[in-house]
Amino acid sequence: MVGAFQDGDGRPTLGNLDALTSDAALSALKGSLVLSATTALIGAALGALLAYLVVSLPSQSLLRRTTLAISGVLAQFGGVVLAFAWIATIGSVGIVTKAMSDVLGVDIYGSGWLFDLPGLVVVYAYFQIPLMVIVFAPAFEGLRPQWREAAVNLGASTWDYWRHVALPLLTPAFLGALLLLFANAFAAYATAAVLVSQGQPIVPLLIRQAITSEVLLGQANVGFALALEMIVVVTIVMVAYNLLLKRTSRWMR
Amino acid sequence: MNTRKTLVSLTALATLMSVAACAAPEKKADTTTESGVDAATATSAEDFGGMDELVKAAQDEGELNVIALPPDWANYAEIISTFEDKYDIDVNSDQPDAASQDEINAANDLKGTDRAPDVFDLGQSVALANTDMFAPYKVETFDDIPADFKDADGTWVNDYGGYMSIGYDSSKVPDVTSVQDLLGPDFKGKVALNGDPTQAGAAFSGVMMAAIANGGSADDIAPGVDFFAELKKAGNFLTVDPDSGTIEQGTTPVVIDWDYLGSAAAANVDTWKTVVPEEAVVAGYYFQAINADAPHPAAARLWQEFLYSDEGQNLWLKGGARPVRGDQMAEDGTIDADLWDALPEVTGDPVIPTDDQTTTAGEYLAANWSKAIR
Repeated sequence: MVGAFQDGDGRPTLGNLDALTSDAALSALKGSLVLSATTALIGAALGALLAYLVVSLPSQSLLRRTTLAISGVLAQFGGVVLAFAWIATIGSVGIVTKAMSDVLGVDIYGSGWLFDLPGLVVVYAYFQIPLMVIVFAPAFEGLRPQWREAAVNLGASTWDYWRHVALPLLTPAFLGALLLLFANAFAAYATAAVLVSQGQPIVPLLIRQAITSEVLLGQANVGFALALEMIVVVTIVMVAYNLLLKRTSRWMR
Repeated sequence: MNTRKTLVSLTALATLMSVAACAAPEKKADTTTESGVDAATATSAEDFGGMDELVKAAQDEGELNVIALPPDWANYAEIISTFEDKYDIDVNSDQPDAASQDEINAANDLKGTDRAPDVFDLGQSVALANTDMFAPYKVETFDDIPADFKDADGTWVNDYGGYMSIGYDSSKVPDVTSVQDLLGPDFKGKVALNGDPTQAGAAFSGVMMAAIANGGSADDIAPGVDFFAELKKAGNFLTVDPDSGTIEQGTTPVVIDWDYLGSAAAANVDTWKTVVPEEAVVAGYYFQAINADAPHPAAARLWQEFLYSDEGQNLWLKGGARPVRGDQMAEDGTIDADLWDALPEVTGDPVIPTDDQTTTAGEYLAANWSKAIR
C-alpha cells in the first residue's frame, strides 16, 4: 500500500494515483466493473433458479446430491485449466466450433470473441453459477415448511406466499450472494490472463502490464496504486455484504 | 476482551514480521575458486588462467540458473541440453515463458539465494535500464562482435537478432506479401500479434513494422496503432497470445513475430511460411548479460563463452535467429552455410529503433493501444 504513494526511487508522490485517471486505467476499471456485474447477475439469476430446482427435490435424491457436489467442484474450477477447457471447446479449432460448422454450417467463433470481454463473461459464468448454487441453496433450505403451512392456513395462494413471505426472506441472502459473486469475478486473474493478451480490458491484467512490461519501464508503483484501487472496490463490496449478512441472519435463525 | 484482541493481533503481527525478516538471508557466497580466483569479478577467461580453469571452476559449481528461455525460442532447448552434456553442468531453467522485466524482478527478489538467475537474455529497453546489475565480461570471441552490438567493457553484448515478420499457414490463408494484405476478408479472426505491445518487445516491434508500412517511422508509431485499430474493426485481429502450441493447433493461423520464431513454428507445421515485408523491415537484437550477483559466477561465464563460440552461434542459427557473430563467421567459413543461406530474404535498410525512440513510442502505446483495439 505504501508503494502506491512512492515513485520509482522511493520518494513520496501522488503521481501514481494520477495514473489511475488515465484512459487506459479508467477503461480497465470500467471493464472490470462491467465484467463483474454482468457475470454476477447472470450467475445469481441462473444459480438461484438451479438452487431452487435442486432444493425442491427430496433431500435423499441422487440428482440433488450430485448437482450440489458438482457445483462445489465447478465453483473452484477457475484459472488456467478452465481457460484451456474453453479454448478446446469453442476456440477456433474447438470441438464445438468444428461440429457446428461441419453439421450446421454456423460459425460460432466469429472473429475471436472468446478472447475478449464477451469471452470472459461466458467463461466466468461457468464458475459463477455453481458458486451461486452452493451459497444460495442453504437460503432455500432455511425456508421452513411451517411458514408455508401457516400462510396457507391463513388463506394465502402460492403467489401470495412467494410475494409476501418467501421473496422478502430470500432477498437479503440473494443480494449478499450477488455481492460475493461480484467480488469473486472482480478478483479473478488467471483465467483472464490466459484468454486475453491484448489491451488489458480489466484491472488485474493492467496490473500485470505495470509489473512485467518490458516496453514501459518503472511502472511497478502504478501497479501498487491499481491494486489499492481494487482493494477499495472490494472493501466497499465486502462491507455491503456484511451488512446484508447481518440482516439475513436475523431472519434465518 | 478488546485488550485480548489487540494482544493477539500484535503477537500475530510480530510473528509475521520476524518470519519476513528471516525470509531471505543475505548469503555472501564464497565465489573464490580452488585456484584462488574470485569468479564473481573475473572479466575474461584469462582471469581464471585460461578456458580449462574456467571449465573446472564452473564444474565445481555444478549448476547454472537461467530464466525466461522458452525451449522453442531461438533453439534454446538444444542450446541448453548441448551445454549440459558438454560440460556436465545442470541447467535449471526457470519460468521459460517469462518476460524480460520478470528476469530483473526475479534477480532482485531472489538476490542472495542460490536460486537467483545467473545470466539474462533481455529486450533492449530492460537491458539498458539495468546495466548496473550486470557483471562486465569479455568472451574469447569478443573482438569478432561488431562494436555497435556490444558494450565496450562487455557489460552487455547483443546475442542474436532477427527481423519482424508475418508468419502464416499457407493452407488456411492466401499468400501474404505486404502488411496491408492482412486487412483482407480472408484473414477474419486470424491475425495474432506476439503479446501486448505495451508489454512485450516482440509485439512492440510488430506495431513498429505496421507503422513503417503505413507511412510512419521509428519516431512516429501512430500509423501502426491505427493499422491495428483498422484490423480490429475489420474483425481480423485476434487477441490471443500466439506460441508454437497455438500455431500447431491452428488457433493462430497468422502471427506477427520475429522471423526466427516463425521458423521454429515451421518445424511443426509444414505449410507455415514466414515473410519479412519488404516495405517495412524492422530489426531487433536481444541482450545477453551476466547477473552481478550470480550464485554461480563461473558457470555464468562459461555459459557466455559457450554462447559466443562457433558452436553456440550456430545453434542459435539453427533456431532461425541471426547470431551476432554471423557475418564474421560467414567470412571465416565457420558458419553453417546451409542454415545461413536459408534465412528469410530481407531487402532494404532495416530500422532499429533507438532507446529514446522506444521510450517515446512506448508512451504513445500506453495511452492509445487499449483504445485502438477495443
